[in-house]
Amino acid sequence: MMIELRINGELKTCAIGSSLHDLLTQLGMNPQLVAVEYNGEILARSRWTETILQAEDCLEVVTIVGGG
Amino acid sequence: MLYLAAAGVGRIGIVDFDVVDSSNLQRQIIHGTSWVGKPKIESAKARILEINPFCQVDLHETRFTSENALELARPYDIVIDGTDNFPTRYLVNDTCVLLGKPNVYGSIFRFEGQATVFNHKGTWVRPDGWAELSREEKKALREKGQDWFYDAEKPGPNYRDLYPDPPPPGLVPSCAEGGVLGVLCGIVGGIQATEAIKIILGQGTTLSGRLVLYDALNMKFRELKLQTNPDRPVIEKLIDYEEFCGVPQAKAAEKEAQAGMAEMTVTELKALIDSGADDFVLVDVRNPHEVEIAKIPGSVLIPLPDIENGNGVQRVKDAMGNKRLIVHCKAGGRSAKALGVLKMNGVEGTNVIGGTLAWSRDVDASVPEY
Repeated sequence: MMIELRINGELKTCAIGSSLHDLLTQLGMNPQLVAVEYNGEILARSRWTETILQAEDCLEVVTIVGGG
Repeated sequence: MLYLAAAGVGRIGIVDFDVVDSSNLQRQIIHGTSWVGKPKIESAKARILEINPFCQVDLHETRFTSENALELARPYDIVIDGTDNFPTRYLVNDTCVLLGKPNVYGSIFRFEGQATVFNHKGTWVRPDGWAELSREEKKALREKGQDWFYDAEKPGPNYRDLYPDPPPPGLVPSCAEGGVLGVLCGIVGGIQATEAIKIILGQGTTLSGRLVLYDALNMKFRELKLQTNPDRPVIEKLIDYEEFCGVPQAKAAEKEAQAGMAEMTVTELKALIDSGADDFVLVDVRNPHEVEIAKIPGSVLIPLPDIENGNGVQRVKDAMGNKRLIVHCKAGGRSAKALGVLKMNGVEGTNVIGGTLAWSRDVDASVPEY
């Protein structure tokens, strides 16, 4: 079973029971190199494995950029 | 910096220890060709004074460190972060927190820019009774845009609220390694100058609590709400930020992997190619766009990021067969890194000292330096 959620404004699907960490890996992102706003709040990385995604969740994913 | 001077900012301090390099000119347009090889801060000062001779420009020709940061930043009202590495970004942040100064932040990479104001007033607060609401009620408010309210007076977040932990060293390439669209610096720098001027004037709504993400390729702006994290550790003093970001540990591991690595000069490589020998394979670990600018004949392209993420290791093995491996990049640093990774995967090879730069200087001047 899949659920639908919104990532950076776009609709995406993932398997029921997926954690935020699973989803980032599935999207080909390195979880160590991004920050995530989860339903409007910046979520600390330590909580990504315990956060189980639910239908219609809203995520904004930012890649860490350090250049200047 | 130029817009700040042009707007009439009376005093600007610049901290930098670098000299102008021709590779800076595509994005650091405060400098001109006549300043190549000379200190960046002096070049910047000359240009600022051309625009506004009444501006006091203080030059600090030094590295910004935990030892001098508080002293350097103390006399100024606002700190603008245009640094290019994570240890210095955490240092700038913590310095501003300790001194209670706004940190006007901007960072860039390839076609992407980020900007905000840290450690200033302005943040997001939840409506009354939010914690008691059910998931559905919260969602309903979110859809109506009533889940957050901006409080322009409340203390805003800092860098550690957005990025509590630094990324592992070496995984995020610098602008010099990964490239950056020159105009991007103008856009992000322009946003930073705008915010600094607004803070000075006390006008408008600053970016405090809002991270602007700019995607130049698609010409799109996104905005993220930042909040202070109640669990974040209190910043009490400056620490060793290289250590905090794992830099010395990574360097030691890299040095160990590269210890005893075989090396050759470009002249030796040229002689080997001219001898007609076919018992070696030459691997180029730069990025594809660099190959279009300058190439050593006969090389096979396998970019360093591919080798680091594992996919490229097998490709190197396939390219080698039973032949010996020679690796090059632009200056010799990335190829040494690649050989370090390959060694951990059981493959050894020879590093070309100085890469394509040395090749164009010592072997074939028709190959451009970039």
